Amino acid sequence: MARILTYEEKDTWIHRLSGVTKLVFFLLWTMTSMLSYDTRVLLAMMLGSLVIYKMSKTEWKQVGTVLKFILFFLVINLIAIFLFSPYEGVGIYGTRSDLFHLFGNYWVTKEQLFYELNVMMKYVTIVPAVFMFVVTTNPSEFAASLNRIGISYNIGYSVAIALRYIPDVQDDFSKIRNAQEARGIEMSGKASFSSRIKNTAAIIFPLIFTSMDRIDVVSNAMELRGFGKHKKRTWYMGKKLKRADYVTLAVTVLLSALFLFITFHDGDRFYNPFV
Amino acid sequence: MEAKLKFGVKEVVAVGIGSALFVALTQVQIPLGIPNTALQPRAALLAFLSAVFGPVVGAAVGLIGHALGDMFFYGSAWWSWVFPEAIFAIVVGAFANKYGVKEGAFGKKEIILFNVMQVIGNAVAWILAAPILDILIYKEPAQKVFVQGVGAWLGNVLIIAVLGTLLTVGYAKVGAKSSSLMKED
Repeated sequence: MARILTYEEKDTWIHRLSGVTKLVFFLLWTMTSMLSYDTRVLLAMMLGSLVIYKMSKTEWKQVGTVLKFILFFLVINLIAIFLFSPYEGVGIYGTRSDLFHLFGNYWVTKEQLFYELNVMMKYVTIVPAVFMFVVTTNPSEFAASLNRIGISYNIGYSVAIALRYIPDVQDDFSKIRNAQEARGIEMSGKASFSSRIKNTAAIIFPLIFTSMDRIDVVSNAMELRGFGKHKKRTWYMGKKLKRADYVTLAVTVLLSALFLFITFHDGDRFYNPFV
Repeated sequence: MEAKLKFGVKEVVAVGIGSALFVALTQVQIPLGIPNTALQPRAALLAFLSAVFGPVVGAAVGLIGHALGDMFFYGSAWWSWVFPEAIFAIVVGAFANKYGVKEGAFGKKEIILFNVMQVIGNAVAWILAAPILDILIYKEPAQKVFVQGVGAWLGNVLIIAVLGTLLTVGYAKVGAKSSSLMKED
């Protein structure tokens, strides 16, 4: 259970930014790259993402395994798109220029390659932004930022509890698995399908039931301390917005607006180099 | 009995720890033998939590758990697959009062209702909402996303029918609190 992105304390200007700024950046950045299919915009965003990633001094060992995993899925996805719809690009760009014949009804066209390049860029653009957000934002501060952008502090607290208890739940999980394996449960691919379901149940049932107890314990403790009595609460980990935050926020909002304008000004999300 | 719509201390914690479980279970998958497809026990967890705590907690766990799980394990946020998770939880959780899990009344009739709702909820979420969002947001080929959606639907229905049902039955027996007294004949 090691392959997970986690926060690491460092001293860069990105780490010093308030969680609110990074949250707004993260949301606007993923939404813009979701909406845009304009190759020029995606290219600019990809370069921007990489620059930010470099500046956050994120190391390979922090994100390497996750990145390999993502690339693997990306390749599968691109192949699946081609197999299911080899002429999707032709439909989008309105022209057809064949490159070479593969088999049966499958021709490789320039339009399809270009479309799939765009799909790839869309995914690749988001990744450094997410990495940056996850590894540079202190989880406790994240909850404070959610509250700051107008989300009820109850939800903010739920998120804080989730982040706080993920490692605990993972610990419980490995303990239960070790115990069950010691009792002879087979978890590898050697077991048959139905016994694999049974064995998974043998691990996750105790895990879920102990967690249900934990919900009672934690909520009783919070109730005793008067959680939820007032409409507002203050945050120990909240950072005040500084000048760097305002500048970053302004740049983020302006860039997103510009990117979306470039994408939509001709009434089409796609940039078409074929006509 | 109160309609399970309020959001008090217990619900805040249930969403928090429920989401933590959902994230931790993201990596627990039961491979089917076909590449890139696996049964996801976390779907059973979400159905169970929705049945116990109702639609609001379920939807919040779906949103927070799926978004955080995607971010931590896959370095991205697939919004088109995050929102359907909430839709599913709302459909299953809408009848939380009828299942009576906490009262220990989760019997044959309730099991059937729970499974009918999970089949409908999964269909709305993965055959309808997710592919449509994929097409609208990501402009992926329609045929591909609907095949993926039907695959996810089948997998989730199967795992919830087995693990989700057993989990809820087990919890109703163990965790039954308010009516654990039985009348002797």
